[in-house]
Amino acid sequence: MAKNFVTTTINGDEVEFASYPGQSLLDVLRSELHMTGTKNGCGSGDCGACTVVLNGRPVNACLVLGVELDGAEIETIEGMATGTKLHPLQQKFLDHAALQCGICTPGILTMAKAFLEKNPDPTESEVRYGLAGNLCRCTGYDKIVRAVLDAAADMRADG
Amino acid sequence: MSNDQSTTNYRWVGKRTPRPDGVDKVTGRARYGDDMSVPGMLHCKILRSPHAHARIVSIDLSKAKALKGVKAVLTCAEIPDHPLSEPPYAPIINDMHDISRNVMAREKVLYDGHAVAAVAATSERIARAALKLIDVEYEVLPHVLDPLEAAQPGAPILNEDQFTFGDETEPKVPSNLFRSITGKRGDLEAGFAEADLIIEREFISEPVHQGYIEPLACIATTSEDGCVELWTTTQGHFVIRALCAKLLNMELAKIRVTASEIGGGFGGKNTIYGEPVAIRLSQMTGRPVRMVMTRTEVFRASGPTVGSRSKIKMGAKKDGTITAAEVDTWYQAGAFKGAPVGRAVETYFSSYKIANVRATCYDVCVNRPKVAAYRAPGAPMAAFAAEGAINELADRLGIDPIDFRLKNAVGEGDESLMGSKYGQIGLVEVLEKVKSHPHYAAPLGPNQGRGFALGYWMHGGGLSSVSAHLLDDGTVTVATGNPDIGGSRSSMRVMAAEELGIDIELIKPIVADTGSMGYSHLTAGSRTTFATGWAVVNAVREIIDKLRALAAKKWGISVDDVIWESGQAVPKKAGQDRIKPLSLKELAGMATKMGGAIAGHSEINAGGVGAAFSAQLVDVEVDPETGFVTPTRYTVVQDVGRAISPDYVEGQMQGGAVQGIGWALNEAYIYDAEGRLQNTGFLDYRMPVASDVPMIDTVLVEVPNPNHPYGVRGVGEPCLVPAPAAVANAVENAIGRTMSWLPLSPPKILQAIEELKLAAE
Repeated sequence: MAKNFVTTTINGDEVEFASYPGQSLLDVLRSELHMTGTKNGCGSGDCGACTVVLNGRPVNACLVLGVELDGAEIETIEGMATGTKLHPLQQKFLDHAALQCGICTPGILTMAKAFLEKNPDPTESEVRYGLAGNLCRCTGYDKIVRAVLDAAADMRADG
Repeated sequence: MSNDQSTTNYRWVGKRTPRPDGVDKVTGRARYGDDMSVPGMLHCKILRSPHAHARIVSIDLSKAKALKGVKAVLTCAEIPDHPLSEPPYAPIINDMHDISRNVMAREKVLYDGHAVAAVAATSERIARAALKLIDVEYEVLPHVLDPLEAAQPGAPILNEDQFTFGDETEPKVPSNLFRSITGKRGDLEAGFAEADLIIEREFISEPVHQGYIEPLACIATTSEDGCVELWTTTQGHFVIRALCAKLLNMELAKIRVTASEIGGGFGGKNTIYGEPVAIRLSQMTGRPVRMVMTRTEVFRASGPTVGSRSKIKMGAKKDGTITAAEVDTWYQAGAFKGAPVGRAVETYFSSYKIANVRATCYDVCVNRPKVAAYRAPGAPMAAFAAEGAINELADRLGIDPIDFRLKNAVGEGDESLMGSKYGQIGLVEVLEKVKSHPHYAAPLGPNQGRGFALGYWMHGGGLSSVSAHLLDDGTVTVATGNPDIGGSRSSMRVMAAEELGIDIELIKPIVADTGSMGYSHLTAGSRTTFATGWAVVNAVREIIDKLRALAAKKWGISVDDVIWESGQAVPKKAGQDRIKPLSLKELAGMATKMGGAIAGHSEINAGGVGAAFSAQLVDVEVDPETGFVTPTRYTVVQDVGRAISPDYVEGQMQGGAVQGIGWALNEAYIYDAEGRLQNTGFLDYRMPVASDVPMIDTVLVEVPNPNHPYGVRGVGEPCLVPAPAAVANAVENAIGRTMSWLPLSPPKILQAIEELKLAAE
């Protein structure tokens, strides 16, 4: 099957890849580009483990086709820290022990970052609905919600 | 969050310390099962049965083999067969006869999703295309899904070589009932005669899946010399090695298994599925083979926990004394024997001192995937029935549910139905804590109800191995053989630092492969911090002894005169003040010049487990228009022995409670009339999401387990045991009638509300 050549920007870098029709962005990231930080939990858009930001909007990478992405801007978990400095959300997840097995963590962090950019001062309930598309089976969400609220407070304080 | 007994002055134990594997997990760097690739690897896909029960008449692989890019195709012919195992049967049955057939169907397919054939190809797409070219001719047979029906004479028989074990009539016909286990004491007839109130109820629970977010995944690489390297997501790579070696008739040392980071397991990753298939395909092709299940495959073909039917009868006196209890429970084993029946009997009434009691649990095969362990296997469904009955007894006798339990609570010296003897336990402390908690007295709003339930679990001990190495610069590596599923590396590091008296940042805990360590049993049974943690303590104590000897040699005094204090060797005797203590770092620098590198090892079989009790209070609100239930407040009170890493102990308690909410309200395997699983994705198999649940408050009661150096009890499993029962009780309280069939989905609740309305009219 013939592959299509696609030019995108991923985490600020120009990235070119070849993708066959029907290949998801998730598969492109993981299999073609070896960026395995974005996780595959279901492949059907139900778990949120593969959340990435596409042109400013959080999406399930398993539901986006690679061939659609010419000229697109994509942000993944690998671009969240600045150099060796963790993003406040990443740091707060560590401080609050907001992960156990960690498989959902990249997707939840990516979703939380996009959510806080739209709603920097959320209520607990808003955080819960903001993350309702991201399954976590380990934590019961308690510490995740606390970490996001705490990160939001710090990020507001830091302007 | 409260810490009841901070009676010790630990520097690290019980403190909130950073987690050693945390940074890799928040940056996406941590490598899980499917995050590995090997040059030249092939991709494996598995063909699965579309039928619940059928005889395999023929399989034609010719067209699949002819497809360009296909390197190998296998069926059961490539997986060794094994004879049925014979009694005495272990509590957890690993019968290679069954495992061989579960890995690849032989005479028959026994459930929708049962593996029939496998392909290795140069890409996943080609492998998928090849599956469509395999022709399987089936003779479809009648199927059975319900354990009670399956246990009756005349039911469709799954395994024609299975005869009921322990049946004294020496059965001549095969049966789906593999065995029953009974625990009993006293005189039931006399016990019920003493009762002022007797209730009889039936409870039903459906199978639920562990729901780990990371699908099963592995890569097998075979070398020309016959050695295999296996990378897999598992709760126990030593167990995977043992099962693969046994199944494939290989020598243990020739299979080296490395555990990937694991994306959740909850018991579901305790056994083998695709690993032997990937190994065989790798052996057949001489290439590495990667096998990754889709989510649909995980639901259809990996083990959920049992569904259950229970008939329970309990009697009590007006003063609240339980006089008698009996229960018969049928557990669905799935396609092959091995439902956790012993654990059900163990769990049923073991929180209570009941003079006259019997619990019988039946292990019954049905046309569903073979069950796997799930967090306190066999216990939550038993607690659902037992706690449901106890709540009804208390309610009808007009006794506060916690007072009722306090009146009947077991204590030190009492025994469970399976003979586990309780040492120092925290049951009464836990119950008192619930009673005094503000949640217990908080007012409820309209359509709200409050539920309570108690759970008991005896966690595991067993085999664990640890190697600790002191490095020249005073840092230490601590290697265990246990995959870290929820923060165990943090606990290992904390205990090692506490013993050595050094900063946790100087210690690097790792999970080592099967070629590097002695046997270590699963990260399961709430055993890791207990058993492997104990081995860590032993191993670093061996390092300390060697450092004391080194200091003694340096000082020219007896090793008995050197003690270890706050990370340094110190002379014990008075009058030796002129000898300056030697720090761990100084001694580490001297070691290789004075004899050799310093390491400590421990290979243990840990006994001395301690019973754990978890009590849970939950408030729910029921929407009378839709039947939708929203948990609004949740409190978990648990005796954790001692919390080594309280953050992760709380995390276990919170996660267990929320899994219980899902079990109680939403989760179930749904089949069509032909026995095909209908909800094979997370959209229809609806696990709790963040907006479904409230904050989960935790109260850590610490009654140390006297057998463990740090008082540890298992914490991962007890917290799930009472959760479905507590949520169901809250729903009962909100709508005003008993509810006995999980999940309590909106249609069931609406029906109950309608029935109540009709009854009132």
